Amino acid sequence: MADSLAVPASASVRSSVTAHARHAALVRVTHWIATLAFLALLVSGVEILISHPRFYWGETGNVNTAPLFKLSIPSSRDTVPTGYGYVLPDQNGWSRYLHFQSAWVVVLTGLVYLAFGFFLGHFRRNLVPSASDLSPSRLSMSIASHIRFRRPSEEEAWSYNVLQRLAYLVVIFVFFPLVVWTGLAMSPAVTSSAPLLVTLLGGQQSARTLHFFVSIALVLFLVIHIAMVYRAGFRNRMRTMITGRTNASQEPA
Amino acid sequence: MISRRKLIARGLGLGAGAAAIAAAAKLGSRFGLIPPDSAGFYGPGETLTYAAQRLLTRHSLAREFNPSQISPKPFANEVTPPLGEPFQRLQAGGFADWRLNVDGMVASPRSFLLSDVKSYPSKSQITLLSCEEGWSYVAEWKGVPLSHILELAGALPQARYVVYRSIQSDWWESIDMADALHPQTLVAYSMNGGDLPVSFGGPLRLRVPRQLGYKNVKYITRLTVTDSLKRFGKGLGSASPEGGYAWYAGI
Repeated sequence: MADSLAVPASASVRSSVTAHARHAALVRVTHWIATLAFLALLVSGVEILISHPRFYWGETGNVNTAPLFKLSIPSSRDTVPTGYGYVLPDQNGWSRYLHFQSAWVVVLTGLVYLAFGFFLGHFRRNLVPSASDLSPSRLSMSIASHIRFRRPSEEEAWSYNVLQRLAYLVVIFVFFPLVVWTGLAMSPAVTSSAPLLVTLLGGQQSARTLHFFVSIALVLFLVIHIAMVYRAGFRNRMRTMITGRTNASQEPA
Repeated sequence: MISRRKLIARGLGLGAGAAAIAAAAKLGSRFGLIPPDSAGFYGPGETLTYAAQRLLTRHSLAREFNPSQISPKPFANEVTPPLGEPFQRLQAGGFADWRLNVDGMVASPRSFLLSDVKSYPSKSQITLLSCEEGWSYVAEWKGVPLSHILELAGALPQARYVVYRSIQSDWWESIDMADALHPQTLVAYSMNGGDLPVSFGGPLRLRVPRQLGYKNVKYITRLTVTDSLKRFGKGLGSASPEGGYAWYAGI
């Protein structure tokens, strides 16, 4: 892989150590707004979850019915049999307010980001992997270097690698739409005008269970994302995502 | 450095944005898209949720289910605080003296006995009751459409909300006219073919299937028709926002 990392000695390469533009302002702003909203959704979501840490499949489920599975955590309701001798305080009021407000923030931010991504070529230019990157040999090479937790090359400060591109695309086009869909499918008012939202998922409790699993997938993404940023050089990557500029000494040809 | 041209453009942009928000707020309140708990940090999100759902679901019907989908084991949830002496006295009399009073912006305030309510044309529905905590059940509910009760009392055209109260004095809620006049909103007295059990809200419960469980108040005794929620409690619309929960519970 070493040859692909070699910096071409073309005239366009600047070798100064000054900072260079890397991320568009809109990508940075939407990234951090979405980050804050996601953390708020996560905290409030966990809080709402502990008022009923049991999951079901189908349309209905309650403490009188057998769960699909339950989490071995205490609950904020004394009506839920948890095996714990205490009940946590009820925080669902502000949690639900915060959850839906943050959902609006992340959805509206996401729409701005999608418009930018489609119309100004961000997806095409920066996220869609090239056909050659998707060849089995290149893919397996990239997977191998990730498994070894190898520090990325300087060139990768300028461009996303293929696994990174695929992960971002899945988060943007699969996980986020799914988490919004499964969330809306739990609403009795929304499903009154769009019943397919919930029937396609197999029922309201199925939607809730899927909402939980998609959230877990997003949390896993967040953990891996932070681990990768750490491995790539936390300070420089954070600076790049905040200021838009990188200290990487080379600009790609 | 920001150029003068950019500064002017930004100033105009901000001004246009502020004007647009002001215009949206005015339109919103004219068309009833602003919830009573729209102040404070969570106001913007709550207003967006209520306005969006009102625009998209004003006349939509809650999903109805087949008799085979009725939950064999519905869950009543707890009754807090314990039902007091007045309730127990009425219960001992088979609820024969249970009254539903209708007042406020009506042509003629009325006081219906439970037997009156049961004598009116009824409707039944098999719908989902889901709690904000995450659990749910499907049951068959039977009762009088709230719209019929409002018609009998002669609700005035300027009415915008109906406030409803439980015999448990700290339980009171309100809904807008879109929900109050909705064909599936029932003053329910029967569940799954029998009398509505006390644990599920008997003898009378307001059934609002497009909203979550806590808007479906048990043991209702009084309806007040109004054009403003400012005079009720702290002016936030119902007991829920006073306890930290959203007034609108469509999601």
